[in-house]
Amino acid sequence: MKIHEYQAKEILRKYNVAVPNGVLISKKSEATKAAKKVGTDVVVVKAQIHAGGRGKGGGVKLAKNPAEAERHSSNILGMTLVTPQTGPEGRLVKKVLIEEGMSIAKELYMGILVDRETSQVLIMASEAGGMEIEEVAADTPEKIIKEKVDPVIGVQPYLARKIAFALNIEGAALKAIIPFIINLYNAFIKEDCSMLEINPLVITSDNRVLALDAKVDIDDNAMFRHKDTLECRDLDEEDPLEVEASKFHLNYIKLDGNIGCMVNGAGLAMATMDIIKLSGGEPANFLDVGGGADEEMIENGFRIILSDPSVKGIFINIFGGILRCDILARGVVAATKKLKIKIPVVVRMEGTNMEEGHQILKDSGLNFAIGNGMKDGAQKVVKAIK
Amino acid sequence: MSILVDENTRLITQGITGREGMFHTEQSMKYGTTVVGGVTPGKGGQKVLGNIPVFNTVRDAVVKTKANASMIFVPPPFASDAILEAADAGIELIICITEGIPVSDMVDVYKYLKGTNSRLVGPNCPGVISPGKAKIGIMPAHIHKKGNIGIISRSGTLTYETVGQLTALGIGQSTCVGIGGDPIIGTRFIDVLKLFQRDRGTKAICMIGEIGGSAEDEAAYYIKKNVTKPVIGFIAGQTAPPGRRMGHAGAIISGGQGTAAEKMKVMKRCGIKVVKSPADLGKTLKKAL
Repeated sequence: MKIHEYQAKEILRKYNVAVPNGVLISKKSEATKAAKKVGTDVVVVKAQIHAGGRGKGGGVKLAKNPAEAERHSSNILGMTLVTPQTGPEGRLVKKVLIEEGMSIAKELYMGILVDRETSQVLIMASEAGGMEIEEVAADTPEKIIKEKVDPVIGVQPYLARKIAFALNIEGAALKAIIPFIINLYNAFIKEDCSMLEINPLVITSDNRVLALDAKVDIDDNAMFRHKDTLECRDLDEEDPLEVEASKFHLNYIKLDGNIGCMVNGAGLAMATMDIIKLSGGEPANFLDVGGGADEEMIENGFRIILSDPSVKGIFINIFGGILRCDILARGVVAATKKLKIKIPVVVRMEGTNMEEGHQILKDSGLNFAIGNGMKDGAQKVVKAIK
Repeated sequence: MSILVDENTRLITQGITGREGMFHTEQSMKYGTTVVGGVTPGKGGQKVLGNIPVFNTVRDAVVKTKANASMIFVPPPFASDAILEAADAGIELIICITEGIPVSDMVDVYKYLKGTNSRLVGPNCPGVISPGKAKIGIMPAHIHKKGNIGIISRSGTLTYETVGQLTALGIGQSTCVGIGGDPIIGTRFIDVLKLFQRDRGTKAICMIGEIGGSAEDEAAYYIKKNVTKPVIGFIAGQTAPPGRRMGHAGAIISGGQGTAAEKMKVMKRCGIKVVKSPADLGKTLKKAL
């Protein structure tokens, strides 16, 4: 789950990771007061959306006085911010964070993630702060410091020192960055983050060490032990159809094509999208109904697929294991009747109780096309919408 | 021959008294797997599915039944604890079906298992089947056929799809291993490739990967160096958008890494026959034999 910068910083504060003073506002009228409260002459006005690259889209502005802060807030609040990560449609800005300005001596990068190759937590750091780490990794990989963390001992001072020295930090800042790194790791572990990125991590001219920006993703699987963090979820940042699907425990991701897919299992669902593309069509979605799908789930799946106006045909691809084909067929027939589906529906079923499933489709009197294998099914649905 | 699971397997189920645990234990028994017991803390002393004893701890089950394998159906908040308990009791093969275990739990589990003799398959996997011998997991047994193709896969139903295509062509399988769709798993492609290369009953190998991570690349380099048997590969998610988690927790292209195109390129370069269409897996394997 993604959370906003201001929420990430609230979490970091709990773990004594230094972050700038800031005030969150949602109305431009609150800007002057907020800027005064922050207290510095110069303040930064930052749009709160989940996508990165906000500065490039004009969502981060420096203000030299409270009046200017109000002007920037008024421009940014309510704007549709387009960044390299939002896509051309952009995101509506509903909140801005007004933060203290500071005199920056050095900008660094620090990220923590779970490294799949070693199955360990990895701390990455670089002196190339403020830049996209992917770019740094591609152009100058030698500039990235990587340190694995043993889960038994966590980040000990020696490891933090090792990172700090590799970043060429010295003097008073060195003293400040050691607990900063240790606390950052503790926040990552205790809050079940799947990714934590501080870019830039700054050292001020008076040797303070702060997380100037913070990007945190929380492991969805760990939400059961972070009920408070669940409240950070911002539904406005998610696709409305995906939000709707998640209510029914359906795994749905909207794509750009026009062929709706309903599949059991994530791997087969991806493979189904692939074969639609190979057959000359474009998938409109990823939808995994899972192994325990019942009639109600199938109906909801249909409803969500059909809520996407670009869908011109539907391909159902089921390999029945635990999910029996007869149950699926009953669900498909019921949903087709109830929702009065007019667009072509191609059904490919194999596995447990396949014959009964086909008989149910045949006896329904509805006009389903049957796919004989996933290739045939994909070709049939592509042809049907042309 | 086969790998991991066979007539010497003595299975217990952790979470046997739950709905899923009970159902799939019964299915595994029906297929011929020797099920010797189950574990549900607090329900020790009961008998289920006829005459299967339930124990309070895995240690009790191992002492009383000489179990050497465990199938885990424990809910996600408690599943990592179940894996640790199985390893502590000396279970050689731990197969964790549970989906949704927090990644940080798995980081700890992975570290702990390194110091033990236990092998973990999964989590978030369909399990392992050696057709005609035994199965541990949730896969539909009837689509399988005894034979000499070894299958390794990160996906469940896509494996069934492949098995279905093979069986329809009259080609059987030695063992099918679902390694799971999570970012941290106990057994990787390489571990299973090593076993298939050694197994005299396996003539060719089918490797089914998906977007996310770099396990397929590592496996491809390993194959180039160490595997003499023909290997066919497929990567699901050629049309998946970057930055989105495609159902499996591990199926995500992040920072431009882990795309299907990149994996397929590496696999081809390492001598693997890469199949572009998932509908051609069976046909291509037939040709390779």
